[in-house]
Amino acid sequence: MLDPRTALLAVDNLQAWYGESHILHGVTFDVFPGEVVTLLGRNGAGKTTTLKSIMGIVGRRTGSVRFEGDELINKPSNVIARAGIAFCPEERGIFASLNVEENLLLPPQVKPGGLSLERIFDLFPNLKERLGSSQGTKLSGGEQQMLAIARILRTGARLLLLDEPTEGLAPVIIQQIGKTIRLLKEQGFTILLVEQNFRFAQTVADRYYVMEHGKIIDKLLNSEVEANLEKLHDYLGV
Amino acid sequence: MIEIFGIPSQALFGQLLLGLINGSFYALLSLGLAVIFGLLNIINFTHGAQYMMGAFAAFFLLNYLGLNYWLALIVAPAIVAATGAIIERLFLRHLYHLDHLYGLLLTFGLALIIQGLFRNQFGSSGIPYPIPEALRGGQNLGFMFLPNYRAWVIVLSLTVCIATWFVIERTRLGAYLRAATENPTLVRAFGINVPRMITLTYAFGVGLAALAGVMAAPIYSVNPLMGADLIIVVFAVVVIGGMGSIMGAIVTGFMLGIVEGLTKVFFPEASNTVIFVIMVIVLLIRPAGLFGRTA
Ligand SMILES: Nc1ncnc2c1ncn2[C@@H]1O[C@H](COP(=O)(O)OP(=O)(O)O)[C@@H](O)[C@H]1O
Ligand SMILES: [Mg+2]
Repeated sequence: MLDPRTALLAVDNLQAWYGESHILHGVTFDVFPGEVVTLLGRNGAGKTTTLKSIMGIVGRRTGSVRFEGDELINKPSNVIARAGIAFCPEERGIFASLNVEENLLLPPQVKPGGLSLERIFDLFPNLKERLGSSQGTKLSGGEQQMLAIARILRTGARLLLLDEPTEGLAPVIIQQIGKTIRLLKEQGFTILLVEQNFRFAQTVADRYYVMEHGKIIDKLLNSEVEANLEKLHDYLGV
Repeated sequence: MIEIFGIPSQALFGQLLLGLINGSFYALLSLGLAVIFGLLNIINFTHGAQYMMGAFAAFFLLNYLGLNYWLALIVAPAIVAATGAIIERLFLRHLYHLDHLYGLLLTFGLALIIQGLFRNQFGSSGIPYPIPEALRGGQNLGFMFLPNYRAWVIVLSLTVCIATWFVIERTRLGAYLRAATENPTLVRAFGINVPRMITLTYAFGVGLAALAGVMAAPIYSVNPLMGADLIIVVFAVVVIGGMGSIMGAIVTGFMLGIVEGLTKVFFPEASNTVIFVIMVIVLLIRPAGLFGRTA
């Protein structure tokens, strides 16, 4: 490793299966403290499976996932969460049987130093207005996405796994999410982001890994994006 | 004597009271089933046997350890809940990814085994359990005589039901439970030990059944098969209320107890079947149950 710092998250030869289907075939990458790293790749490349495997919610997985130097590959997901990793799933995972406030307060504190509710409402003013709202799932798609991000900021987790937070949202909301991610980075959060929209990723990411067929096939820095547009278009099929 | 709809008021209120007593047991038992079904996705057919175990535990505590009724109200459900936790760890845990049917068959088999063991040991005639000193006697309300113990059963059942509802619907612990019912994987990925929560939830549901058993001991006597018939009615109550609905289980339990009591007054021939008739009608018109969410 050229970088003198040690990786916050080091994924090495990660393999994962859903039942009989072998989905990840040796995924290797690092995320350093304070970075925003983006996994790019087409639909079905294995980006979500990678995040889920780190989080411990894919049934069978081998290889190594080290967080702050501790091996997590054989740990159950509740223990992984307590180590300080938080997950915002692609389908958002807002609970219909919980109201907005209960959804926001659901994830327990896993480490000291999470954002206060006040700070969270600074980031997401619309959530504050919706607190009294009955069902979490009655919110708009954008509001649900903000709620899904907001609720993991309270927990004290320092590594956030965000799975396509902009998917299906209007441009203004995408901008707001971009702004939030940049603010979170300033606050010292480390973020592993999954995106298909690299135009959006470009506004927040430091580095990229490109996935295909359950493997990392390329990596690049944000500064290298413009020079590699053609290649990226090719990878992503856009 | 006062008459209402041509029925002496004594008889009417007497049956209404009996209905409320039955309803108290229906509510506690169907509440336990609903709590268990909600999180575990298992229809706990052992529930009747666990109700019986609660009554026996109270009997043992009194006769071998000298622990009175009041202590038994807490200790007996705790003991039976602990056996429930063991059952969940040993058996039920392996069935969650399968169809409801497997859990139902397993718990049904367990119920037969438990009831068989108790019957071998204690025969099937009832063993009396005394009404606690403080609750003997009753009140003359003018229009009827109200035995103190029965009033206590109604009040305690209502209190426990409402407290359970409150915890599930209005507290943080309840929010974990509701969320885990919806998406256990995600709740666990937030750092909550969902498998332990499932064990404790099963134990709690079983504890409610055992509590009902302790409360029933002074009324019905302690008998290895006391839960076997009752549980069939309770399943009908659960079907009518809607599987998994907490408030539905409570309201339906009390309501059907009362309906059954009133049927005894106005149409005694139907009193044993009225709940099943209602069940059939509800199944035809609203298969998810009166309070069930249609999936
Ligand atoms: N629960 C599952 N069971 C079986 N196969 C799955 C499951 N989830 C995803 N897959 C498969 O795994 C592959 C990778 O999916 P995923 O990680 O969701 O890709 P991405 O997030 O990059 O679009 C796809 O081929 C998909 O069909
Ligand atoms: Mg995906």
